[in-house]
Amino acid sequence: MIKVEHLAKRYAEAYAVNDISFEVKEGEILGLLGPNGAGKTTTMRILTCYMPATSGTATVAGFDVFKNSVDVRKNIGYLPENVPLYPEMRVKEYLLFRAKLKRVPYRERKSKIADAVDRCRIVDVQNQIIGTLSKGYRQRVGLADALVHDPKILILDEPTIGLDPNQIRQVRQLIKELGEKHTILLSTHILPEVEMLCGRVIIINKGKIVAMDTPANLESQLKADNHISLEVRGNGEKIKNALSCIKGVRRVTWRDKGEIANFAVESEKGTDVREEIFSSVVKNNGIIREMTLAPVTLEEVFHQITTQEQEVTA
Amino acid sequence: MRCTGTIFQREISAYFLSPVAYVVIAVFMIFSGYFFSVMLGITQETTLRYSLAYTQFILSILAPVITMRLFAEENKTGTIEPLMTAPVTDFVVVFGKFLAAWALYNIMIAPTAFYIIFLAWVGNPDYGAIIASYIGLVLMGGLFISIGLLVSAVTKNQIVAAVIGIVALLILLVIGLASAGNEGWFYSSLRYIGTYDHWETFTKGIVDTRDVIYYVSFTALLLFVVVRIVESRRWR
Repeated sequence: MIKVEHLAKRYAEAYAVNDISFEVKEGEILGLLGPNGAGKTTTMRILTCYMPATSGTATVAGFDVFKNSVDVRKNIGYLPENVPLYPEMRVKEYLLFRAKLKRVPYRERKSKIADAVDRCRIVDVQNQIIGTLSKGYRQRVGLADALVHDPKILILDEPTIGLDPNQIRQVRQLIKELGEKHTILLSTHILPEVEMLCGRVIIINKGKIVAMDTPANLESQLKADNHISLEVRGNGEKIKNALSCIKGVRRVTWRDKGEIANFAVESEKGTDVREEIFSSVVKNNGIIREMTLAPVTLEEVFHQITTQEQEVTA
Repeated sequence: MRCTGTIFQREISAYFLSPVAYVVIAVFMIFSGYFFSVMLGITQETTLRYSLAYTQFILSILAPVITMRLFAEENKTGTIEPLMTAPVTDFVVVFGKFLAAWALYNIMIAPTAFYIIFLAWVGNPDYGAIIASYIGLVLMGGLFISIGLLVSAVTKNQIVAAVIGIVALLILLVIGLASAGNEGWFYSSLRYIGTYDHWETFTKGIVDTRDVIYYVSFTALLLFVVVRIVESRRWR
């Protein structure tokens, strides 16, 4: 449904998006994951025809975003970041305005709006003025707007940002339901969201795709390694060198906090180096305050992939 | 073109749901009423010609106040993004907003019809001149609104949009007035660019095609520029 090829967007000083290619298949929920400023919003703005790419092509529902922009826009529902709405309008008025703009035929308007209102659970606020709504309701009004013309594709930019935990849960549930009928591309920097919602994840950082797979695969790739975290009192430098020499250890990262140092040890698949670590720390006059075998979460995958180059690696 | 009406409707209702429309209409009525009564007292003539000459200054100030929010507000709050990602062309958005602001402008000047009733009551006004004056007012409004729209499209700040719009309109008014009576191509072209001379013809009761063309073409040119500015986010 969405096909992106070698897309790049250059602002005066730097590339916001640099040579990314990916595809979203029909009925899929794809998550764009990345730290703030990674290029998620830029990518979505290009796909929604808000601005053009510097180079590369993108087709949405079979239409080129640059050449057939109006056709593309007919087929997408877009929820921009922070959900800008007209505060002086009533919810129903706003949805009617949007439905007209999106060329929902006169006869279907009433039922389409009622349907969107119902699906987004904003029935009880539909006659309220938007300016008086809470963030959670505003978010849902934005979602109702995105799906009022029943588009094939929904593009949601950080749909749960700024919501309280209950609202986040409700919005996620809603997106999950929408996923049954629509193809969804959503961006977020919250990891559990991706694990919960998305069939596939693209991790982007500094305008480039750094990983693309299912959440489960990304995790299992890293589960190949055992992750052990340590808190030790002693000479950090010396202990780090000792740990690196243990057979089976692939990588040691550490952070010095004065007398106490924190280590993250990665070892090869199927090895258990905890006992060796214990004896080598003791040999170097260190005292272990804590040792845990950390389960790998997508959070770590993300952290590793996006911050790799900044860390002290062994 | 189908969605122009939708945009128009929203903008008009936004004017009347906020204090903007009421404030603008009230301010206009206070000043135009004042000039009307003062000029009537001085000249003792049953004509709108003299009071409307002053009205042009008020309109130069109020037109940018009408237009200041049109794009600046959307740029600031970000509502421009859902608007421009809806399946409507940039031209439709610009034209819908223009028509809404122009309609409010015409609603604003409509109460002056009361002065005509008053003139008819106290004397025998020249209705031809009055009708011509109103044609001039409406055409001039189109030009003022399109200038205000242009300024609003380039900024996120409504106050900046209003101030620059007012300054631009006053300059346009003053260059015509200041070069009155001077000979030479420089002054005559200033007089041509300025709005005052063109409008004065209307208040005399003359609907000259040259003046109509001046307003209509100037307005069309500006609207074209606004569409390009709105489009410019695509290549910035």
